[in-house]
Amino acid sequence: MLHIINKSPFENNSLASCLRVAGAAKDHAILFIEDGVYGATQGTAVEKSVRDAMANMAVYALNPDLEARGVQGRVMNGVKLVDYDGFVDLVAEHDNVQSWL
Amino acid sequence: MKFAIMINEGPYTHQAADSAYLFARAVLAKGHEVTRVFFYHDGVNNATRLTVPPADDRHIVNRWSELAKAHDLDLVVCIAAAQRRGLMDENEAKRQGKDANNIAPGFRISGLGQLVEAGIQSDRLVVFGD
Repeated sequence: MLHIINKSPFENNSLASCLRVAGAAKDHAILFIEDGVYGATQGTAVEKSVRDAMANMAVYALNPDLEARGVQGRVMNGVKLVDYDGFVDLVAEHDNVQSWL
Repeated sequence: MKFAIMINEGPYTHQAADSAYLFARAVLAKGHEVTRVFFYHDGVNNATRLTVPPADDRHIVNRWSELAKAHDLDLVVCIAAAQRRGLMDENEAKRQGKDANNIAPGFRISGLGQLVEAGIQSDRLVVFGD
């Protein structure tokens, strides 16, 4: 399953909820978009929880949204960057998509 | 592959209306099919043709109308959400005794059944919202 996070982890609990439900499961991936991309940056209070999740699941971030916020240079190691084409491919590759609104 | 898209956020609010549009374009550019775009909750505000953004800003409503025309998209607005927010087509305006309608070209008003149907008939349903 592909999990889409579109809010900053400092705005609501979507990321924490997602990691609690999906963090230990197999064949799951997270895609950060919109303000959610702050969850993919270095040095934040949620970095450790995202890094722990990366042991089990792939983590992606939408590059145009990182660039719009000027944080493309602060992405955590191991996070894969995609554009909208890659976003479509991720949705196609996973049987289900869950937007954590 | 068949993609359905659901939009729950109004235009010019945060980013969901823009993300959904750019995603839809990417889906079409890759040769996939967009079976339906369903507008729900505040998302119905993406469908009013009375929207007039400043000249140097993107026109979120017209963008959808143009994409629908170019790719024969089915843009469906939830009727209950639309009625609450004062969005109506000609039939609905007549039925409610209103003196005008405001739905933009390419959009149509229907019910939640259209969302369920889109979910069943598509390979993927991607939700954008607040």
